[in-house]
Amino acid sequence: MIQFLLNNQWQILEDVSPSLTILQWLRTKIAQTGTKEGCASGDCGACTVVIATLSQDDKLHYKAVNSCITFVASLHGKQLLTVEHLAQNGHLHIVQKAMVEHHASQCGFCTPGFVMSIFAMLQNQTKESITKHKINQALSGNLCRCTGYRPIIDAALEAASTPGAAITDEQKVDTTQKLLSMKQQLPHGELKKDEQRYWLPADIKKLKKIYREHPDTALISGGTDVALEVTQSLHSIPKILDLSAVSELQTISSDEDILHIGGSVSINRLMSFCQSSLPELAQLLERFAANQVRNQGTIAGNIANASPIGDLPPALIALNATLQVMVPDGYKTIPLEDFFIGYKQTLLPHQGIITQIDIPIKPKSYKRFYKISKRYDDDISAVCSAFCFSIKSGYIQSARIAYGGMAEIPKRALLTEQALVGQPFTLSGIKPAQQSIEQDFNPMSDLRASADYRLKVAQNLLSRTVYEYNQNSHLEAHYA
Amino acid sequence: MRSLPPLSSQSPKTKYVGSSHQHESAIGHVTGEARYVDDLPEPRDLLHAAIGYSQIACGQISSIDFKEVEQSKGVIGILTVKDIPGHIDIGPVFAGDPLLTDHDIRYFGQPIFVVAATSELAARQAVRKAQINYKPAPPILTEKEALSAQTFVLPDHCLQRGDLKTHHTKPPFTLEGEQYIGGQEHFYLEGQVAMAIPDEPGTMTVYSSSQHPSEVQKVVAEVLGWPLHSITVDMRRMGGGFGGKESQAAPWACMAALLAQRYQRPVKLRLSRQDDMIMTGKRHPFYNQYRVSFTPQGVLLSADIELNGNCGHSPDLSDGIVDRAMFHADNSYYIENVKILGRRCMTNRVSNTAFRGFGGPQGMLVIEQIIDDIARITGIDPLDIRKRNLYGVLDRNITPYHQTLEENWLPELITQLEQESNYRARRTLITQFNHQSPTVKIGLALTPVKFGISFTSQHLNQAGALIHIYTDGSVLLNHGGTEMGQGLHTKVCQIVAQTLQIDTSQIKISATRTDKVPNTSPTAASSGTDLNGQAANLAALELKKRLSQCLADEKRVDIAQIRFDKGQIYWNETESISFAELAQLAYFKRVSLSATGFYKTPKIYYDRENAKGHPFLYFAYGAAVSEVSIDTLTGEYKVNRVDILHDVGSSINPALDIGQIEGGFMQGLGWLTTEELCWDNQGKLATTGPATYKIPAISDLPEILNISLFNRPATSETIYRSKAVGEPPFMLAISVWSALRDAISSISNYKFSPQLDVPATPERVFQAIEQIEKNMQKEPYHDKVE
Repeated sequence: MIQFLLNNQWQILEDVSPSLTILQWLRTKIAQTGTKEGCASGDCGACTVVIATLSQDDKLHYKAVNSCITFVASLHGKQLLTVEHLAQNGHLHIVQKAMVEHHASQCGFCTPGFVMSIFAMLQNQTKESITKHKINQALSGNLCRCTGYRPIIDAALEAASTPGAAITDEQKVDTTQKLLSMKQQLPHGELKKDEQRYWLPADIKKLKKIYREHPDTALISGGTDVALEVTQSLHSIPKILDLSAVSELQTISSDEDILHIGGSVSINRLMSFCQSSLPELAQLLERFAANQVRNQGTIAGNIANASPIGDLPPALIALNATLQVMVPDGYKTIPLEDFFIGYKQTLLPHQGIITQIDIPIKPKSYKRFYKISKRYDDDISAVCSAFCFSIKSGYIQSARIAYGGMAEIPKRALLTEQALVGQPFTLSGIKPAQQSIEQDFNPMSDLRASADYRLKVAQNLLSRTVYEYNQNSHLEAHYA
Repeated sequence: MRSLPPLSSQSPKTKYVGSSHQHESAIGHVTGEARYVDDLPEPRDLLHAAIGYSQIACGQISSIDFKEVEQSKGVIGILTVKDIPGHIDIGPVFAGDPLLTDHDIRYFGQPIFVVAATSELAARQAVRKAQINYKPAPPILTEKEALSAQTFVLPDHCLQRGDLKTHHTKPPFTLEGEQYIGGQEHFYLEGQVAMAIPDEPGTMTVYSSSQHPSEVQKVVAEVLGWPLHSITVDMRRMGGGFGGKESQAAPWACMAALLAQRYQRPVKLRLSRQDDMIMTGKRHPFYNQYRVSFTPQGVLLSADIELNGNCGHSPDLSDGIVDRAMFHADNSYYIENVKILGRRCMTNRVSNTAFRGFGGPQGMLVIEQIIDDIARITGIDPLDIRKRNLYGVLDRNITPYHQTLEENWLPELITQLEQESNYRARRTLITQFNHQSPTVKIGLALTPVKFGISFTSQHLNQAGALIHIYTDGSVLLNHGGTEMGQGLHTKVCQIVAQTLQIDTSQIKISATRTDKVPNTSPTAASSGTDLNGQAANLAALELKKRLSQCLADEKRVDIAQIRFDKGQIYWNETESISFAELAQLAYFKRVSLSATGFYKTPKIYYDRENAKGHPFLYFAYGAAVSEVSIDTLTGEYKVNRVDILHDVGSSINPALDIGQIEGGFMQGLGWLTTEELCWDNQGKLATTGPATYKIPAISDLPEILNISLFNRPATSETIYRSKAVGEPPFMLAISVWSALRDAISSISNYKFSPQLDVPATPERVFQAIEQIEKNMQKEPYHDKVE
């Protein structure tokens, strides 16, 4: 049984399929059709809903997610807010009103999703902090084919400057109390239909027990990738063990130049946590998928998924991150650079769960992380590169470089690194190293880029590190 | 004759037309209450359908085994081509589009069978279980392959004026080249969907997300073998259309209707995004070639242009699309001696179809490339080359299809935009910047748009409307146009409100239905308001006349005394009754409160045999200045600033018009930059969803976007002197592509013009940079930039 709040009403679900998504549940089970399906793959945002979650300190956090790739079972102990909830007593919500006044809808199909993304943004940010840049981040996963976005941005700016857009403290207290009392009664969620199972344990003890009893279960945390098996490939997954509610996997801390990030920490949480200590990574993460996926997708998920084009691994390999992996008889430490062994293959031990990632921030080194893709927002890298140099008196003393999109795994450029050490950090100094990239990698051609482009860009990005070291020569450069 | 009453002289007639009314469904959009076909309450016993389609692009089916499909959970039955009682071919203009096939395969994704099941998932899972074997044949996939194999869906067409032979002199004042233009997926957020509900025996209602309900009605009737009056198509709103639901909304409606008839149960068929992208046609890719000659000052003397449109496997709407490409290959420029040949290439791809601009953009791009290239050869700023070649106002104003431009506002419009955007000063600063910037280069371009308004098929230029007034004074308005987000219903409502002088809140527009207004044209060619606005206005005028007569009779005054103003109807200077009171009076006096309106566009014709005529009632004009930055290390770019000045005549609704301009511009930007359709060498689409096919997202919005309306009443007798706005702004985005080429050209100090095929992805920009660098090594200039 799972239990959650839909808007302000308790929902208790027993007889539903564990692979039912929130979107399918809303539209086909309870006839709430305000939330739309645009792609069923988490790439368009038409299905955006808001989920309120109690954090460790019992505060409510509101996040926009794609309901098309989120299992309804994962809602256990949370509050689901849909577009039907916003207008109260016949009065439009401030976000809705601003959207109407700014002519921000045309066909209207993407509109509920935009409304919910803006609504979520206004719950989490003070109005002073909301800039055009923040709005772009918040709406990076909402596609509109009609308006061209300008009126939507204007509406968001207006809503942000209008008081009363946030949920009242009174309502929050009410929701918090409801969720807290529920959490005590029913900490762990579980669904069973026919032979299908879904578990949502709240702590590591329970997690271990379930995993021991069901070693054949699929592990998910955000589930943004595994859900595609259901919505795109139409497979049913017999057993799902959802790690997202396990409190021990949600920890985040830092000491002595190392960040300790729990495996189920979302990309967005990592992004805001490393804003000041590791701004280069925070900047890269702005372009990681889109807001909704960053709210759900987790750091362990992006690693365990072992995609050759995941955006976190190159940076983390360059930073020399290590994984803490829980195994049945204890813990293991695995350097991330050793973790990937082949296409979608890793060193993750049997019954192993990535519980924590330790990321050295290397405060004194010169770090540059670049993502190259067709589109700025929400795209998959053609090439993702990470450079971590220590430079003294104009010479490279040490270098760690990793690339994504250049091989079947995210991989270090070892020969290139060797060729750099001892060289002056200048365009001519790095020239031999640029040649070495051709020895380090033999990339492939696919729909994202040709092998030739990948290789040349990989070489040129090394030049970019030099240009940027000496002067700002990025696209933001301007003549005025 | 009659003096205005004091009240009225202080407050002139309320302006319903010309003000920025919100979209009639805006509140429904933001609350999620606006219903689309898939949101309708599902009727009892609803079945869901899914389509099994071909996994090869060309060849034949050698065997089909449905055993596992039949046994799949929830399956009710399977529909094949043999089960179609009526027509099998549903081609909209020409034959060539069989609804289902059991033998010949002409493209990857061709429908073979349809499954009806008790749930959507059951239907979709079942279709994947069919065992179909094929005898594949090598497919023809590109325009070039079709040209060498000489496969065409329809014969060529050619426009010609003047004499080409006299002018092709020698270099440097001749130029030849080519360009490849990719297709574009519509990516309407609401995918294709239809629901068919059997009514009384021999009748059916079909809910279809379609720009052309009358066509859906016709083909559904035909596949069932029924007369048209048996089918009613209902279309309240689409979640976007853009041309993709003009002809290609029909197959799904036919399939749903066939199953509904067979099982006497309602059937819904909604394509998944992936199936939608695989099974529906896109914007036509084009391969264009040209040879031109020009004076040392860069004025075009002659142009010999070949446009080769990739139509896919069947004609669909391609004849009109390639024609429109030809009609726009001159864009805004006078060419004294010109030949434009348009070929309709047949390939083994899904049949390409209408998409905002309808071939116009693909035609315009060729001349804009030519103009930029002439600028590089002559060393003259591209804007000056453009201005020198513009159509004249009084002379040099005959198009390649021999229509004389009666109203040419472009010279004025461009001058205004040039000044407002500060083009010249920015050009100087940008050139300086590019000299000293090592990796980032900035490009700037102004490009114009002249877009012909009217369907090029004369008979489509007609529209009908139906208005009922009820006894409480509320008005129900219906017309043949469909609402896909463009705000058509809002504008037509404003037009009727203006004529009847009642508030728009008193007027409700109901779903577009074939049983209300029959034999309608598609809502396409930007013509929605032009045609349906006129028809609705005529119906409103008829009712106004009847009401006026009724009141005049009652008050024993001359009908000329009757005056409608702000919900009141005056029979003398001071005395009036409300609109509702008059409606009641008319009812008691037995005056019909229902009227139809019918409109046909005057003046237009086209003599295809001689390629001469007056295909367009008028032209819509516009221009844009775009500035981009490119990173020469990676080919990445961003759009810094865009200034647009666009002509909508007298705007009926400025907010909606600006919405069409910026939305159209952004869609054009996507076509030209990030939207890349990739196919494998066997003709299978690789980009089947938004994960791999990238329409513009929010960060692609130019940093600065200034849009102004060129507010001048249309010379033609259009509705309230407005002009069509749906498609023309799409082509304003060509300025971004031209600016990208400008930025790349700056590497050679503007000596070379880069080949930049469309879409200009970062990789293509990078390749163009490499090409320019190679050219410079071959032919170095002493003033080469470091």
